[in-house]
Amino acid sequence: MNLTIGQYYPCDSVIHRLDARTKIMATLIYIVAIFCAKGIVGYVLSAALLIAAIRLCKVPFKMMLGGLKSIIAIIIFTVVLNMFFIRTGNEIVNFGIIHITTDGIIVSVRLCIRLVMLILGSSVLTLVTSPIALTEGIESLLKPFKKIGVPAHEIAMMMSIALRFIPTLVDELDKIKKAQMARGADFDTGGLVAKAKSMIPLLVPLFISAFRRADELAMAMEARCYRGDVNRTKMKKLEYGRNDYITYGIVTGTTVLIILSRIFLGV
Amino acid sequence: MDFIRSKDLKYEYVRYDDEKDTKEVIEALKGVDITVKKGEFVSILGHNGSGKSTFAKLVNGLNMLTGGTLYVKDLDASKEENIWDIRKSVGMVFQNPDNQIIATVVEEDVAFGPENIGMDPKDIVRNVDIALKAVSMEEFRKAAPAYLSGGQKQRVAIAGILAMKPECIILDEPTAMLDPLGRKEVMDTITRLNREEGITIVLITHYMEEAALSDRIIIINDGEIAGEGSPRDVFKNVEKMKGLHLDVPQITELSYLINKENENFPGDMLTIDEFVKKAQEIGFNEGFSYVKKENKERTETEPVLEVKNLTHIYGEETAFERVALKNVSLTINRGEFIGLIGHTGSGKSTLIQHLNALAKGNEGGVYFKGMDINADKSKLKEIRQKIGLVFQYPEHQIFESTIYDEVAFGPKNCGLEGEELDKRIKEALAFVGMGEEFYKKSPFDLSGGQKRRVAIASILAMKPEVLVLDEPMAGLDPYGRDEILGNIKKMHHELGITIILVSHSMEDIANIADRIIVMNKGSVAMFDTVDNVFARADELTDMGLNAPQMTLLFTRLKKLGLDVPANIYNVKEGAEIMISALRK
Repeated sequence: MNLTIGQYYPCDSVIHRLDARTKIMATLIYIVAIFCAKGIVGYVLSAALLIAAIRLCKVPFKMMLGGLKSIIAIIIFTVVLNMFFIRTGNEIVNFGIIHITTDGIIVSVRLCIRLVMLILGSSVLTLVTSPIALTEGIESLLKPFKKIGVPAHEIAMMMSIALRFIPTLVDELDKIKKAQMARGADFDTGGLVAKAKSMIPLLVPLFISAFRRADELAMAMEARCYRGDVNRTKMKKLEYGRNDYITYGIVTGTTVLIILSRIFLGV
Repeated sequence: MDFIRSKDLKYEYVRYDDEKDTKEVIEALKGVDITVKKGEFVSILGHNGSGKSTFAKLVNGLNMLTGGTLYVKDLDASKEENIWDIRKSVGMVFQNPDNQIIATVVEEDVAFGPENIGMDPKDIVRNVDIALKAVSMEEFRKAAPAYLSGGQKQRVAIAGILAMKPECIILDEPTAMLDPLGRKEVMDTITRLNREEGITIVLITHYMEEAALSDRIIIINDGEIAGEGSPRDVFKNVEKMKGLHLDVPQITELSYLINKENENFPGDMLTIDEFVKKAQEIGFNEGFSYVKKENKERTETEPVLEVKNLTHIYGEETAFERVALKNVSLTINRGEFIGLIGHTGSGKSTLIQHLNALAKGNEGGVYFKGMDINADKSKLKEIRQKIGLVFQYPEHQIFESTIYDEVAFGPKNCGLEGEELDKRIKEALAFVGMGEEFYKKSPFDLSGGQKRRVAIASILAMKPEVLVLDEPMAGLDPYGRDEILGNIKKMHHELGITIILVSHSMEDIANIADRIIVMNKGSVAMFDTVDNVFARADELTDMGLNAPQMTLLFTRLKKLGLDVPANIYNVKEGAEIMISALRK
């Protein structure tokens, strides 16, 4: 069973080698930048940043489009909605209840560009960062918030256990499904109620197994001296390198430029 | 120095019955005295529910004792504050390899324990290195545990303990869910750690051959010590062991049977080497020769299941493409008992899923009584009813609230109802030895072996003509194994069901199958009678398989010039031959 979580694309590139925290923070800052961009300067700058990241990470562009494909319907829906409901500006089409104005088109195009850049930007993050590195990055970034009661370690531990067990449970579900089919169960025909009912022989064993696994895992973790985030060390300490600082610099710099251009140039 | 020392150790817990609103005190350990010396390799035997796992958990502080004393490395295990120190020096490896690995990368998982005890990062890196080398898994350090074999996963689990620098490792049935190759990997690792690194080992197991490797065996029965001593001393009491629902290695049983008739021959042999040496010392009767009685020819019957040129490719035309079955052709006749062997990944699990159309090949097909089983989708249910398939660990598919309903699921899906349905359920349950008192019970309250019998009954109630069973004895204790095997034999004899049995136990297969299919690398390597298959023992070894113990022994004796056949599978037959062959 081969199952990629998120869509990590393993390869060796400058971007892949960056610290996970850098990649997460850069993506967040970049999202801020996209929403600050208003005029042509802002869009060009944020597009340049995205294109640079895409070229540097060596991931085939096709794989990124994969991320877009799944939400293309949402993009079209939002764009169309905007086009129809913005009534300011010069009217171009007036057909029954459909009114399309210049403002409407401009806003829609901007929105479309923003959404596409947003999706591409975040798929770069998941394509170049392994799930486990992402988890570690999140844990490390959340650490300062521990004082206000954010359980950073626990969140990261839960995420990594989930990642570890998803392939196992997917396999298990497949096995249970086949076993019940061998007992004459039918998951494909029948109405909605029949279908929902046919899930019982799948879900009950799956949940029982998940609970049994959880129970055994908890015991195994305790036997290996796990007691939460007490006196814990980490084998690999996250450390920023030169490239991380450069990345922070470029991303923050570009974002500042975008904001400044919006304030002073209004474009 | 005593590493573990218990005196009158007791463990009780209370079990609540919600329905009857009663509580019951269960005594899992009724006062046991166990000492384990530093550097010793001790095996603990006992049937399921005997209390042996309880002992392991008490030592590790996963359960707290309720009576008596227990000292681990001179630390009182009844004191809460000692637990973390104890767990640092006593590591524990559990049965299910999947449920003790927590990270998505091997080295991260091995580092988990050291991280928990606050080891310095530099030491962690070094210890992870050493630990992975000690279990020969260093080349997998960046691999994802989910894609490792069972044996490899268990070795990762052992490495995870080793990295914490323990003095003792307790292993609770570490090989129960592994195939023979995986079992050997794990046992080699354990014995090496004990001999070379001086790590104290406590091994809980159901495999007598594994226990035979230890310095000392302790038998726990119903919460009490039922015996103790060197493997030789323990196993020579064959009758007593069987009385405790335990087994002895086949070679020991053989020498015991010989010893009863011929006092010159010792009754406590453990290995084939030892046995052969002793037999040579005593010498053989001049001119002895034994010719095996030919099994009476089976009457030819018509084919019931045919596989023709079946090929199955996973993930065709992708990077993950893998040929699981390559041009497989087989003909199985009505009423036959077929054994199916092959190491993990040989394609046998994929093959059996094709036999009742749960999987469909890329090429070729499967024919039931001449009819292509994939030809008509509307007949799939009927096909699956006629060709029953019992998956590995079938108790994991149980979901109903009563045993009766659980068994009813299959036949109901086949459209049965009313009296016929009721009759089928009752017959199937009676067949696996479950009477009326079980009908309204919850299947989840049963023991592992009983659950498995319910799952088998639920297939049986569909009245299959062909029954395929995928390792139905896996993970059970010797008693549970015998019970299931007995049920399968009865289905073949009394109900005339054609059986295809997948098993790793060559002894079982050799004794009950008519013909054996050997799968290797997705192809049928052999499909022949039991005698002809095991006559090619060398080829089997190359495929990661083995011949039955008796066959290996008699092959050795034959090479020494004794005129005996090699196709001996059964201890009793072996004993008869040896009794007349050996000088008195």
